[in-house]
Amino acid sequence: MATPLRIVIAKPGLDGHDRGAKVVARALRDAGHEVIYTGLRRTPEQIVRIAMDEDAQVVGLSSLSGAHGFLFPRVCELLREAGLGDIVVFGGGIIPERDRPALLAAGVSAIFGPGTTSTELVDFLEGLEV
Amino acid sequence: MDRRELARALSSADSITAPTRSFEPWCVLGVTGSPGVGKSCLVERIVSHWLDCGEKVAILAVDPSSPITGGALLGDRMRMASVDTGEDVFFRSIATRNVPGGLPSRLNRMVDLLVHEGWTKIIIETVGSGQSEIRIVAVADRLLLVEGPGRGDVIQAEKAGVMELADLIVVNKSDLAGADKVADEIRLSLNLSEGESADVLLCSAETGDGISDMVSAIDTLPNARGPSIARARERLLASHQENLISHPQFSDVLKGLSEGRLSIEEALSALHRG
Repeated sequence: MATPLRIVIAKPGLDGHDRGAKVVARALRDAGHEVIYTGLRRTPEQIVRIAMDEDAQVVGLSSLSGAHGFLFPRVCELLREAGLGDIVVFGGGIIPERDRPALLAAGVSAIFGPGTTSTELVDFLEGLEV
Repeated sequence: MDRRELARALSSADSITAPTRSFEPWCVLGVTGSPGVGKSCLVERIVSHWLDCGEKVAILAVDPSSPITGGALLGDRMRMASVDTGEDVFFRSIATRNVPGGLPSRLNRMVDLLVHEGWTKIIIETVGSGQSEIRIVAVADRLLLVEGPGRGDVIQAEKAGVMELADLIVVNKSDLAGADKVADEIRLSLNLSEGESADVLLCSAETGDGISDMVSAIDTLPNARGPSIARARERLLASHQENLISHPQFSDVLKGLSEGRLSIEEALSALHRG
């Protein structure tokens, strides 16, 4: 069995909807990865701290509230400041199409919306060079 | 070593070169108990108490890996949001990676490294699979067993095993009905065994009642009550099993065994070679 990826699934900001994050965490677990779930309402600073302490290679951010335009780029920025720019960040939740280019430009590697299959997600991770 | 280097080094415990830690003063607290008794919430209380006393606290929280896929969902830190800030606390989630006994033997090396790097108190939270989970005594200096009310007949369920090795037993959720009865039952059971038995305290991680008494009790315990032969036994078994699992032929042998091509004896002898 290959060494599993260590993946932090995080809920930045104030929304309390984590069904999606939990489904993703479960799918990644079933794909053989080690998934650390942060719980709700974490700040970008806390998420970066968790990614560092857990020695994660990947961080997945989930948001429904509409604050992704601030929170996702902020996590990417703080990761780079902490010397963790090599961590792959992906996003999910309710992210309107028009907001996506800015997030991708800020360092988010991929955005997965409703309807994404777990196979798509797992294939994305398996394609990573980490 | 900065925080990031420490986090990285903990991932490759095989390469850790830190010296074996000294056992005085004590620094490793094992926390065990069945799922749902409130281990994580209690650990958060202990952590904040120790931080107030100026300790540097590292928590290693162990959760199970899937025996089918090897994956793991590590959710202990979601119950301990206060460990996500502050320089004097470090939290690491650890998957068992299917080591028998539920406790990776690399934990010993991780603890050595943390102690070497100046962490003064280390808490290991076990999976919580029950009374057979005694491997923790191979690593911990002191062992806290957490119980709770409303779990049926405690005494029937825990006749032998971890309860005999625990240095302190705490019945959590003392704010709920029945907790004091559970504590009495445990005391009664322990009184029947020979030798000195562990104290049984009541507390509530929810309300904070009894927490400071519990922490003082932990701080003033004599070092691990468990017989040293039991500790040595767990260390030896942990290390032996780790060797078996990390054998290059392990997967092949496992496959042969599951397909009926190999007998247990043949499998063992293949793994003892090389």
